[in-house]
Amino acid sequence: MGKIDTRVWLVVIAATLFVCLAYVPAIVREGDFVLAVSDVFLYESMINGLLLGGVLALLSLGLNLIFGVVDVVWICYAEIVMLGMYGIYYLHSVYGVPLAIAMPAGILITAAIGYAVHELVIRHLLDSAPINQLLATGGLLFFFQSVATLAFGIDFRNLGVSLGSFPLTEDIYISWSRLAAFAVAAACVVFLYLFLTRTFMGTAIRAISQDREIMTLMGAAQGRLYLISSAIGGGLAGLAACLLVLQYDVHPFVGLSFGPITFMICVLGGLGNMVGGFIAAFIFSELIALGGYHFDLEWGYVFAFVFFIAMMFVRPEGIMGRRS
Amino acid sequence: MKGLALPFVFAALLAVAALIGIPSYPLHIMIVILIWAFTYTGWSLMGRFGLVSLGHGAFMGVGAYATALLWNYAGMTPWLGIPIALALAALLAVVVGYPCFKFRITGHYFALVTLALTEVVRQTVIATRDHTGGSLGFTPTPKGNDDTPGYIALQFDEKETWFLIAVLVWLVGLLIWRAVDRSMVRNALDAISEDEDSAAAAGINVTWEKLKITVLSAIMTAFGGCMYVQYQMFVSPDTVSGIGISLQIVFAVVAGGVFTKFGPTFGAIITLLLAEMLRIYIGTDAVGLDNAIYGVALVLFIVFLPKGILGSIEDAVGRQIGKVERSRAAAGSGARGA
Repeated sequence: MGKIDTRVWLVVIAATLFVCLAYVPAIVREGDFVLAVSDVFLYESMINGLLLGGVLALLSLGLNLIFGVVDVVWICYAEIVMLGMYGIYYLHSVYGVPLAIAMPAGILITAAIGYAVHELVIRHLLDSAPINQLLATGGLLFFFQSVATLAFGIDFRNLGVSLGSFPLTEDIYISWSRLAAFAVAAACVVFLYLFLTRTFMGTAIRAISQDREIMTLMGAAQGRLYLISSAIGGGLAGLAACLLVLQYDVHPFVGLSFGPITFMICVLGGLGNMVGGFIAAFIFSELIALGGYHFDLEWGYVFAFVFFIAMMFVRPEGIMGRRS
Repeated sequence: MKGLALPFVFAALLAVAALIGIPSYPLHIMIVILIWAFTYTGWSLMGRFGLVSLGHGAFMGVGAYATALLWNYAGMTPWLGIPIALALAALLAVVVGYPCFKFRITGHYFALVTLALTEVVRQTVIATRDHTGGSLGFTPTPKGNDDTPGYIALQFDEKETWFLIAVLVWLVGLLIWRAVDRSMVRNALDAISEDEDSAAAAGINVTWEKLKITVLSAIMTAFGGCMYVQYQMFVSPDTVSGIGISLQIVFAVVAGGVFTKFGPTFGAIITLLLAEMLRIYIGTDAVGLDNAIYGVALVLFIVFLPKGILGSIEDAVGRQIGKVERSRAAAGSGARGA
């Protein structure tokens, strides 16, 4: 009862905040209610925010899986996405591999990286303090960034493939690549859900994330399940890379621009809770889009981070999570 | 003054060396190392008690930018600007720290909240680019050659002056470390890091103890930021705030050793020397190589040497001494028994 009540309140507060952020700055600036409400570009940025939410949701999906199963925060997750983006860029633009092959190859590369990260680093740290696990992946963040700098240089590289955009109304254009990212993210959530609930492997993964010790005693191969989850998480990073490489330039530090927001989505959603992560991604993306529309893009991020900090105080277990 | 004789002798030697003249490049390296060592010591005050903050870039950014902005736009001397900057950093630490500790946000949740904080500061600096110069960075106005004396602007042309200041600051950092190490706060925080509930049950005010150390650590880090901007005469959001710098602080301290007095200093020496060596001997072709080595080293340290280099050496030495003492004691008792 009490739990449901807080959630309802949260929804009400979030909705009020959303409406305020959408209209109040314009009303204050223009002094005209009708003008503020009928601003077509405001709605365009809302829709773009929704589509950005798809990308963020996809980004947080793999991290969330690893979080939920292995219980380790991969600070370097966004850097794996970056490596995937480079992989696709090089295969396509430099070696002329068609995108239809380059993209799956990129996913395989990041899945292999995810596998390696677990096998080489995390496996040895399963019993250490959580904070040491986090710091070790922080070391990997430096490592991946620097390797990319050494191997590819610091130039911004663009795949040069554009899917174009289509008009939704006379003034609002939607980019296909963003729409594709949104659709893929939604599809991925469904697939992952089906995988986790309908297959033997998925059931085993869920079981081990609920109780590590007991499941190991009952004969679940913990190490193997962790490896598989890490590889799937890495593969999801590659999938995110496929969609991001169509929208953004690649450079070694691209991970820093969406890395922090990805962890915060996972935590806000409730660690390991896919649905919560999905909702949190859209909350963040709307904050960024609306803040960016009325002020500056950076202010959008500031709002999102401040909101995250405030939410951690109100509900540390995340929107949908249970507190352990 | 046991335990502090060594740094004082070392500092005196350094000061004498500076006065008899060291070429300006090694002097510059030493100044930078000492200033960072101070900042790292500030971080380690929290880190040693399991309060791993990834948000110290926020405090450093507040310290550096507040001082420089007050100087440029209000013409306020850093002698006033720095205390204001430190007060702001302390305020920020309370605003974020108090709810964190009150609501028992610990472990990687705490790290992620502080990570959000450092990003807030970085993005705010970039967003207010009309005043702060955004990502391009910010330069404090150089003092006029004629009117303002250097000590008012806290800008000195001579590296020797800066060197003496840096040595002094570093020593003060060690004194603070030692004071904390010997205080009741340390015992309380050790107990808290072992088991928060038991500590609270034993009558320790968990929130208050954690808040004290956090504010102290934030002030030290902010002061490190102030020194950094006054010495370098340049600051950019990525050099003082953001996830990169926060991880750099954590890494250097972990590499050196969180639990020993000179651990952070040692961390500053090895990380900065490594970067400089690579820059000199390999050149600009290897931009990023230093970070690649850091990254691998950080992982290796955490897997194999969680106490850091210096901490592990001290441990090993301590074990040797302990062994000798035990064997002596055994021999002694044997002799008595005979």
